[in-house]
Amino acid sequence: MTTSTTGYKVIGTRPLRHDGVDKVTGRALYGADVQMAGLLHGRILRSPIPHGLLRSLDASKALELPGVEAVVTCADLTDPGDRIAELGEGAVNLKHLSSNCLARGKVHYKGQAVAAVAAVSAHLAEEALKLIAVEYEGLPHVTDVRAAMQDGAPLLHDDLVTESLGKPTGKRSNIAKHIQFKKGDVAQGFQQAAVVIEREFHTATVHQGYIEPHNATALWNADGTVTIWCSTQGAFTVRAQVAELLGIPLSRIKVVPMEIGGGFGGKIRVYLEPVAAALSKKTGKPVKITMNRADVFEATGPTPGSYIKVKMGADKDGKLVAARATLAYEAGAFPGSPLGPGAMCIFACYDIPNVHIDGYDVVVNKPATSAYRAPGATNAAFASETVVDELCEHLKIDPLDFRIQNGAREGTRRADGPVFPRIGMVETAQTAKQHAHYTAPLGPNPKAQISNPKFEKAGDGANLGFEISGLRVPRRGRGVASGFWFNCGLKSSASASVNADGTVSLVEGSTDIGGSRTSIAMQLAESLGIRADDVRPAVGDTDTVGYTDVTGGSRVTFATGWAAYEAGQDIKRQMIARAALLWGVQPEAVAYEDGTLRCLSDDKKRLTFKELSEKLHATGGTIVGRASVDPPGVGGGFATHVVDVEVDPETGKVTVLRYTAVQDVGKAIHPSYVEGQMQGGVVQGIGWALNEEYIYNEQGVMTNASFLDYRMPTALDLPMIDTVLVEVANPGHPYGVRGVGEVPIVPPPAALANAIYQALGVRMDELPMSPGRVMAKLLAKQ
Amino acid sequence: MKEIDYAAPATLTEATALLARKGARALAGGTDLIVQVRENRRDAELLVDLKNIAELNTLRFDAKEGLVLGAAVPCYRIAEHPDVRKRYPGLGDGVALIGGVQIQSRASVGGNLCNASPAADSIPALIALGASAVIATPSGTRDLIPVEKFCTGPGRTILGPGELLVHLHLPPPAPNSSSAYLRFIPRKEMDIAVVGVGVALALNDNRTACVFARIALGAVGPTPLLVPEAGAALAGRPLAEADLERAAELAQAQALPISDMRGSADYRRHLVGVLVKRALRIALQRVKGG
Repeated sequence: MTTSTTGYKVIGTRPLRHDGVDKVTGRALYGADVQMAGLLHGRILRSPIPHGLLRSLDASKALELPGVEAVVTCADLTDPGDRIAELGEGAVNLKHLSSNCLARGKVHYKGQAVAAVAAVSAHLAEEALKLIAVEYEGLPHVTDVRAAMQDGAPLLHDDLVTESLGKPTGKRSNIAKHIQFKKGDVAQGFQQAAVVIEREFHTATVHQGYIEPHNATALWNADGTVTIWCSTQGAFTVRAQVAELLGIPLSRIKVVPMEIGGGFGGKIRVYLEPVAAALSKKTGKPVKITMNRADVFEATGPTPGSYIKVKMGADKDGKLVAARATLAYEAGAFPGSPLGPGAMCIFACYDIPNVHIDGYDVVVNKPATSAYRAPGATNAAFASETVVDELCEHLKIDPLDFRIQNGAREGTRRADGPVFPRIGMVETAQTAKQHAHYTAPLGPNPKAQISNPKFEKAGDGANLGFEISGLRVPRRGRGVASGFWFNCGLKSSASASVNADGTVSLVEGSTDIGGSRTSIAMQLAESLGIRADDVRPAVGDTDTVGYTDVTGGSRVTFATGWAAYEAGQDIKRQMIARAALLWGVQPEAVAYEDGTLRCLSDDKKRLTFKELSEKLHATGGTIVGRASVDPPGVGGGFATHVVDVEVDPETGKVTVLRYTAVQDVGKAIHPSYVEGQMQGGVVQGIGWALNEEYIYNEQGVMTNASFLDYRMPTALDLPMIDTVLVEVANPGHPYGVRGVGEVPIVPPPAALANAIYQALGVRMDELPMSPGRVMAKLLAKQ
Repeated sequence: MKEIDYAAPATLTEATALLARKGARALAGGTDLIVQVRENRRDAELLVDLKNIAELNTLRFDAKEGLVLGAAVPCYRIAEHPDVRKRYPGLGDGVALIGGVQIQSRASVGGNLCNASPAADSIPALIALGASAVIATPSGTRDLIPVEKFCTGPGRTILGPGELLVHLHLPPPAPNSSSAYLRFIPRKEMDIAVVGVGVALALNDNRTACVFARIALGAVGPTPLLVPEAGAALAGRPLAEADLERAAELAQAQALPISDMRGSADYRRHLVGVLVKRALRIALQRVKGG
């Protein structure tokens, strides 16, 4: 299904990525590759307790260790006061941001940074940490959202007063904020319902799990300028945060974004950058800090655990009439969970006349949460899409027919206000319904495989099926779920210089996480009528390219692509003027089509882009196209997923057999990268659904801060993720682009829960749906 | 990580002398030890690399003597050994699960035993197969200890200063016998056993009844556990489903699981029952199929 404009030359093709060879040969430079003369290595001392006052800190013994050059604490950052700063990706409370880099008087989670050491080797720095004497006064802690909301719960912040519907309540509590969205009259709506389902759900804290740990190298030069090389989703937001935390002007800081080994929202806030800079200031030498995996889990920003209650009602014809939700999200140590987007997304797939949503942002003694791919929406969809499935079961309506009937469409008003422009929700459900997967037989339960004659496989036989009388065999089920996520605009800049050989060098400001260099270059190439290979894209540092917001919010191909398109228009205008000069005609007499300039008054006068490029130096100099955009017209994305699972009824282990992700992508600029985003999002959603979780002991300490015990799926745990691109062009973008990167993570947990229900007859209401939890549900049912 | 001394002796005499020093630790493949030292989970001042000692690299089978498995023999040699595959398939099951190709090339079963993880994948099968540990002491003697008595707690063994594991000895398999090891993990690979079960059993000549069976459990106690009553209950039985059920219940009763990040005590106890039955069925099928 497609409504996109066709006839493109470059868009929709699959050229090799410009950075491909460097990536596959290992030549691409990441933050950990940064080396320079005199480099010192920093390590962070972290709190061993989840909550407590910092009584004293004595680093004198550490400083006596030969090779140790400096120790810094919060005293080496500027005191930010209680200020809110707008840092490009949302407002940030600087007091909290600063305390999260180096604790200020109090620790709020196990792993919070307390001090940092710079030494001539990483091992020495590690040894020096043991010599820093810190005295803590431990306080009672709370790590669960509902416990934290109760009166009498340990309070994390003395000065935190609940804000309700935008107004301070005066009540001190761990509830930072209460928000509400209302549409219609839910009480009246539920009266019209023939079926009403109300359920409660819990989801665990999960981490983005990027392969590359956070890192930062800083050099505080003698002239007072600071250069920072780091792994970030946004060099400009790092610059802004560091300027605030160190109290120096933006212009003194240059941030060089290195290649990035994954971010998913977790590499926007700074952790190490200001600390490395403070150590460099003290030592006069460059300082590099890299986290290990335990640091990443315990001290960066995962996405919240949550409690969600959902009530939905439909009339006898299957029309949704009312929906009610309460969401409580764990912000972690400081306020600011992705509660807002969760509350906006929870019912966004449907056209429902009466909606009431309440949300609570709650601090707990866990690391401060940060964005993770469609922040807040996956938790919410797990709850609402499971309830929808139950409604369909009661109404005896096919779940995809239900979505086609009730799906949001152009003109539907979301509960939080906005009215959808042309969107593709219904099209994704229709496409899923027509897909061969949806009607393929699930297959008989597999026959007995008591012994696999190849013994090396027998050890995995805990999941073997057995057909022996009286024994249960693996059960299969199929589930579907939909999801919605936004598309941000925000600011992007690009500049493009025409080279004498007919190529164009493009500099843009977006960290390339999913092949965006190429997707942006392709939009420039399309606008100029040249080949993608003839554009050489590069990601600039903060001194090289105009201001560009973070790589996030599914915005880069949309907004930075738009900047490249505008830069292309700028080049075109200048090329037309140059051809007009050469031909002695007015610019209006020159046409630019398909990469060729043509004189309208003399058909013999033609110049290809390349031919004209060769003449630029002789006709006034090179041509540079520039653009800086802050585009409206964002296009949100919808997805509908179908999944088949097999469950071992004796162990509760779920195996994903087949997965099909259908998504409205607007217009796929480079379809391979769109498919890659969809597959990556689905895989993260499967991990979140089945095994990933922060497990805490009674001391408030995470017990599984390693990839061994924080169980992300490996390639062996997954089938091929099939993708279907539905192209309902975004009317707000020159090429119809929508955000595509985030929405694919939203449906998987609900789709899997619905498939598990079909397989076993038990409704899972808690994430992850790990084998032990599934088994407990099953045993409780029997 | 501080500086650590390293020695690579060529003889047992040298090795036992070095291991008697303070802070000395035996190094075979190093796949556990190096990581533990780096993460401050074990301390070491001297690493004694045992891979140059001939006795520790022996791997041989003899129908009368049984299997001699040197403590430093890497996993891939064991898992690929035709006699192991044919006569001790339960050991093969467990060893093949230890790590990927790189780890298989370094890690040893001796090291897996001496690391004394309750969840070690090779130990339940060794116990079920009746393996003994041959230990060298500084005085030059050789001690023989059943594997089920080798581990004394998580990360702890009976080895004293200057003592080292030379090889494991597995008796020749009885007629009509076989073995199996099964573990449960939430993923397909890259995981530690939530529960592991090793079984070995022998049938009578017309294969109508069990002569003996041994069952050992992993990850449900401070050490891998032999559960003798569960095995004994199968002796003389035809190994019908009810017999397997009985053995499973006895094994569950003897398990001592805790709740941790890998599973709750209740779930582990449940899995013991499931895996004992499954492992017994696999071993039974192997006898009948072979």
